Amino acid sequence: MIELMNVKKVFNAGNPSEFSALNSVNLFIEENQVTVLKGPSGSGKTTLLSIVGCMSRPTAGRVKLKGREITSLPERFLTDIRRKTFGFIFQQPNLIKGISVLDNVMLPAYPLGEKRSHLKVKAMKGLSQLNIGNKAASKVEWLSGGEAQRASIVRALINDPHIIIADEPTAHLDTKLSYRFMEIIEKFKAEGKTVIITSHDPLVYESSMVDRVVNLRDGQIEN
Amino acid sequence: MRHWIEKQRYIIDFTISSLLRRKVKNFGLLALYTLIVFILASTMFFTYSIKKEASLILKGTPEIIVQKIVAGRHDLLPVSYIDIIKKIRGVAAVESRLWGYYYDGLVSANYTLLTPPGNGSSADHSKSSAKTTVVESESGGQQQADKSKPLFELGGAVLEPGTIIIGNGIARLRDIGKDDYMPFRAFDGNVLNFRIAGTLSSQSELVSSDLILITGEDFKKLFGIDNNYVTDVTVAVNNPSEIDMVASKIRKVLPEARPISRVEILRTYDSIFNWRGGMMIVIFSAAVLAFVIFAWDKASGLSAGERREIGILKAVGWETSDVIQMKFWEGAVISLTAFFTGVILAYVHVFFTGSIVFGPALKGWSNLYPNFELTPFVNLEQLTTLFFLTVVPYTVATIVPIWRAATIDPDSAMRFTGE
Amino acid sequence: MILHPAVIANLLAAYISSGMVLYALFYGVQILRHWDIQSGHELQLVLERKTYLISTLLSYVFGLQLLSLFLFIFTADSLAPLFVGAMCAVGTLNVDPFGYPTLTLKICNFILAGLWLILNYVDNQGYDYPLIKKKYQLLAFVAPLIILEMILESAYFLGMKADVITSCCGSLFSSERVTGIGSEIASLPALPMMWFFYGAMSCTLLCGIVFYLKGLGGYLYAALSLLMFIISLVSIVSFISLYIYELPTHHCPFCIIMEEYCYIGYLLYLLLFGAVVSGLGVGALIPSRQVESLKFMLNGFIRKLALASIILYAAFTALVTYEIVSSSLVISYEVVY
Repeated sequence: MIELMNVKKVFNAGNPSEFSALNSVNLFIEENQVTVLKGPSGSGKTTLLSIVGCMSRPTAGRVKLKGREITSLPERFLTDIRRKTFGFIFQQPNLIKGISVLDNVMLPAYPLGEKRSHLKVKAMKGLSQLNIGNKAASKVEWLSGGEAQRASIVRALINDPHIIIADEPTAHLDTKLSYRFMEIIEKFKAEGKTVIITSHDPLVYESSMVDRVVNLRDGQIEN
Repeated sequence: MRHWIEKQRYIIDFTISSLLRRKVKNFGLLALYTLIVFILASTMFFTYSIKKEASLILKGTPEIIVQKIVAGRHDLLPVSYIDIIKKIRGVAAVESRLWGYYYDGLVSANYTLLTPPGNGSSADHSKSSAKTTVVESESGGQQQADKSKPLFELGGAVLEPGTIIIGNGIARLRDIGKDDYMPFRAFDGNVLNFRIAGTLSSQSELVSSDLILITGEDFKKLFGIDNNYVTDVTVAVNNPSEIDMVASKIRKVLPEARPISRVEILRTYDSIFNWRGGMMIVIFSAAVLAFVIFAWDKASGLSAGERREIGILKAVGWETSDVIQMKFWEGAVISLTAFFTGVILAYVHVFFTGSIVFGPALKGWSNLYPNFELTPFVNLEQLTTLFFLTVVPYTVATIVPIWRAATIDPDSAMRFTGE
Repeated sequence: MILHPAVIANLLAAYISSGMVLYALFYGVQILRHWDIQSGHELQLVLERKTYLISTLLSYVFGLQLLSLFLFIFTADSLAPLFVGAMCAVGTLNVDPFGYPTLTLKICNFILAGLWLILNYVDNQGYDYPLIKKKYQLLAFVAPLIILEMILESAYFLGMKADVITSCCGSLFSSERVTGIGSEIASLPALPMMWFFYGAMSCTLLCGIVFYLKGLGGYLYAALSLLMFIISLVSIVSFISLYIYELPTHHCPFCIIMEEYCYIGYLLYLLLFGAVVSGLGVGALIPSRQVESLKFMLNGFIRKLALASIILYAAFTALVTYEIVSSSLVISYEVVY
């Protein structure tokens, strides 16, 4: 599904502060599987995740998505692919303050110019599936941590992506909410989606539904 | 296409909500922007409409004025010249004028005294030339108003020997009106008292504010002018393309004479007002520059919150050009609001309140001040010029900051790990 | 110089445009030298981001060029009373030798800017920026023209002196100047021009339709549309304006954008400019038909451009015909003035 070949990522090249976040990473992510990227902070997890998720380009190496080479695609095309293929769930819910939950959830679909009525229906469905349908019109400041997390999940799903990427999703959640989150992930898997998670929470990487754990250290994959 | 329109709608929605979320910062910018537009628009509306008024009024003036010049100074014109001028081919009519200035020490003001044609000026009138300018009707003739404004309207008053008709500015300054008496010091030191028969209508105040109409006899008595002389003559020429020709013929036949054609006066007035308007704009360009720098600074100085917001947008799937479009709409909403508000305020300011804010700087300085209402005159040229002087610099100043904001890395949202 | 607000606005616009174009060119040169789509190096990413800046800058320049073209005409028209013999913009542009060259260059630059935007749009559709070198080469060509335009415009406005009374002691003012400036514009005889116009337009439209349906003769159509543009401008001066003004001697091409004639000139000129830019766009894009990353859209897009051009020219002709037919003027024989 997603293939990384000899991927390198270097920041601040040519400067004294140059550093290599990823060194020669070879990775193959299977379809319809839950893959966890595990590693200490500074190991390059977030960088790897952003390359896998078409958010940034590698300094060297090749990236293929469903067999198509996407390494040197200009940002415009990369973003287009990302919009349609990936759904991102961040550590923080990262909702925009001052606008309603519904507007936040519909945000990723704006550039696609879909009809507003359709979009609203989709958004409301997503919200009620995660039991926060009644909060659609409230401002995001009024949501609890768990509700905000669920809202950001609905946002990630608004464009019906195949691949879900979650970056340290349980970092700010308590145990109960973390279990609830993993149930949602199980549902995704059942629907045929691919899930990639970074985490150093044992609750996540020791969970039964995880198909593969990839260990990352100092920008390289350990076997 | 539908998608594009829908997308713009979404972006505009989002833009407006994001502007409203940061009211304080945007309000300051908006207020300053509106002020700049207001100042420049007021200046432009004022100068353009005065120019238009002046040209409408001057349309009714005679084609050529002939004066006698002695040693570079304007001297009295001998009556005998009139017949000489009449003989020139192309001349339709010649009328003599008596006019001059009188300094009133009491109020430190200069009055213009004029004998209206037909009231005893000593030359004969051939065919009455439609170009000389007294309109004695009370009604005023709105249909005529557009084509040419009369220089003054007597409003039904009758000028007899011993009486004068004064302009509104004089009436206000000396606090006198109909049937009062006004004393004048004649050339030989005697005091002449004239009864005020009426005042000139306020419609023509722009030119008649300091005007006093007096009969020819009284004029000559006051200033000690011989019957053989007049101040100058007006010459009517029917064919406009002949004017220059007639003027040069007059010059040839009467070497001491100076013909001045109406178009020259019009051009000079135009130039003066242009120059004044332009000067104001150049002076205000410093203000515009300051505003532009301010706008640039505001646009560059993204707060952490704004930066985060854009990071989130990029992370959830907005592309750089989408963010640029959003920022463009932001600029457009602010610009249009400021532009229209500024223009409307300026319109009210100039045409309804008589430019109270900076009228004095534009009108000039004198004791005798006309109270006039300018006819609103706003055209596309003015609005386009305004647009170029305000919206364009603002927009250009914000391009680079907008681009910088729009190229924020999407994975900055990923790296943001805590409040 | 005449310190008129509109003059200031014109000069400001010209300086801003030149500034933006120079800025864009500076980065454009960088892009031409270091561009390598395959590399993932930071420099490449930076350059890719920069292209957004340049596209945005140049879109603004394009909009500014269009507006400033009309502002230029307005200004020339409103300055006309200041010069002996000038009755409208035609006269003002004759005041010093830089007037008409500035106008010509403005029109050229407008068309070139339009072409650049078309190239830019197409380039963005390809996943490997296939036209980027061509784009920036075109920019390198257009930039000096815009700067030249700014210089000419400055020389034009700064060299103007109004014919005003400068001294109260002088005796004879304008009569001393024996010749005024020409307020007539050179024009070709009306009736023959009219037939030529319709003939040329039919040829152009025919060629365009052939290209649209069969894909043949794209370059020919581009060349014809440029030619047709020039012929249309000459026609406006020579006979179209006569019918609009209903006067057999008024050839001015600028008064038709004024209020008295219901601003009809705007529509005419916009149709014309649109038609020539899209027509030339066809010619500019044909060489790129073989590019891999554009194959999916380029043919369709070129056809759309051709169609747009044809429709605009047809609309122009329809409008002209309407004006001729509904005018009270009848030119049955030529009176040469």
